[in-house]
Amino acid sequence: MEQRLANTLNMTVNEKKFIESALLSDLRVDGRRPFDYRKLSIIFGREDGSSEIQLGQTRVMGFVTGQLVQPYRDRPNEGTLAIYTEFSPMADPSFESGRPGESAIELGRIVDRGLRESRAVDTESLCVISGKLVWAIRIDLHIIDNGGNLVDASNIAALAALSTFRRSECTIGGEDGQEVIVHPPEVREPLPLIIHHLPVAVTFGFIGKENIVVIDPTQHEEGVMGGSMTATLNTNGEVCAIQKAGGEGVLQSVIMQCLRIASVKAADITSKIKIAVSLFYFF
Amino acid sequence: MEYVSPEGLRLDGRRPLEMRQLRAELGAVSRADGSAVFEMGNTKVIAAVYGPREVQQRSQQLNDKALIRCEYTMANFSTGDRMRKPKGDRRSTEISLVIRQTMEACILTHLMPRSQIDIFVQVLQADGGTRSACINAATLALADAGIPMRDLVTSCSAGYLNSTALLDLNYVEDSAGGPDVTVGILPKLDKVTLLQMDAKLPMDIFENVMQLATEGCKAVANYIREVLIENTKQLENRRGV
Repeated sequence: MEQRLANTLNMTVNEKKFIESALLSDLRVDGRRPFDYRKLSIIFGREDGSSEIQLGQTRVMGFVTGQLVQPYRDRPNEGTLAIYTEFSPMADPSFESGRPGESAIELGRIVDRGLRESRAVDTESLCVISGKLVWAIRIDLHIIDNGGNLVDASNIAALAALSTFRRSECTIGGEDGQEVIVHPPEVREPLPLIIHHLPVAVTFGFIGKENIVVIDPTQHEEGVMGGSMTATLNTNGEVCAIQKAGGEGVLQSVIMQCLRIASVKAADITSKIKIAVSLFYFF
Repeated sequence: MEYVSPEGLRLDGRRPLEMRQLRAELGAVSRADGSAVFEMGNTKVIAAVYGPREVQQRSQQLNDKALIRCEYTMANFSTGDRMRKPKGDRRSTEISLVIRQTMEACILTHLMPRSQIDIFVQVLQADGGTRSACINAATLALADAGIPMRDLVTSCSAGYLNSTALLDLNYVEDSAGGPDVTVGILPKLDKVTLLQMDAKLPMDIFENVMQLATEGCKAVANYIREVLIENTKQLENRRGV
């Protein structure tokens, strides 16, 4: 069953009403104010290109791997970037193993749009031989625990993992000058990806009849909310992607207000990611 | 590439703030409870609505409201390169979800508990803005089926190319890699229910582009209302009222 429906079914009318009426006086169940983000911690794995994000109760792991493949015919000198999501059944009772559900696909698409359409990763530098060989970067996102707001957590996990990923250096040489030599990491220092900017996703929930806006909803709030909006922004104040897939209607002024708040939060999160990455390289 | 000529004309001869021609027709599928064809220029979409009817899978039944289902498909011949697309790929699953949630927001689901409404939309010809056309077609089909709604949801897209905001992008403009903002509004309440955007855009320009798309939605809403009123008049005539 769908995650959204399952969440609603698990909650009693009392629980829902409690969240709604507490919000009327600007209080949230976990003690936050409507525009407070949960505590974010970023941990990196031993290897390059792996990260584990904890956002409140939500835990997401990100892994980035690279492989040399033939490029797409319409983009002969660009590497590729693909995002795969894995909703583990242990994370939430409503997640089923097997084919990714609607919510998994939507999550993947939001992260994908934010990263790819805004050209955050320089894909042209991933080309080895035009039309023949390029790097295909694969981001795997594993949901370990669902505490709500999987989109933001997954997006941060993807960014953190991408920031620490390094690929082996390739040179063209050999006798005919066509052979590709992949230098193992022991021989030559691997190269990091060229990342132009970090698009950070910030999700808002709209709760109750008055459509009260809350940032970073927990899974209980997700069960109550009538709609949500994810805005992906970078520190240059640019909007990279927005997803508000139906749900309760909101005024245009509210959307713009959300975007302004999101841009402040995105700057916070970006600096957290950057600090975590610099610490990773320091040790 | 130049998408807006120095004279201020776009590739298909429109002005930047001009929409493509709209055409709508109700009752395109005779067996469906409600159906419609909606065209925005060369984009052509057909939508059919079945329901409210008994829930097919009892486990999905909701006791306090109607279950809405939506299926979006693109015909193999709808795009330039004709190829068989796998059913249920990531893009169409996402659009199905988006259309369903947009329609859920406007249908008075609490009036029809323990029942199911199916919305099927198929793209017959794709020339940009399929998402918007599908939502407009679905609204018309739902209205044709006589399903109670809060308001008519309408949708329109807008983009930003050559430092100009453009309304209602066609395929060439859509695939230019520039920003593409799709907005769906409830015109009477003046509220935004659907908002999708990609590629990057500074915030103040985004506000203008979103405003433009909203204006487009309102124009679509006026047209849809006219079509529905015209259709109702015809029905009246046939009954001899």
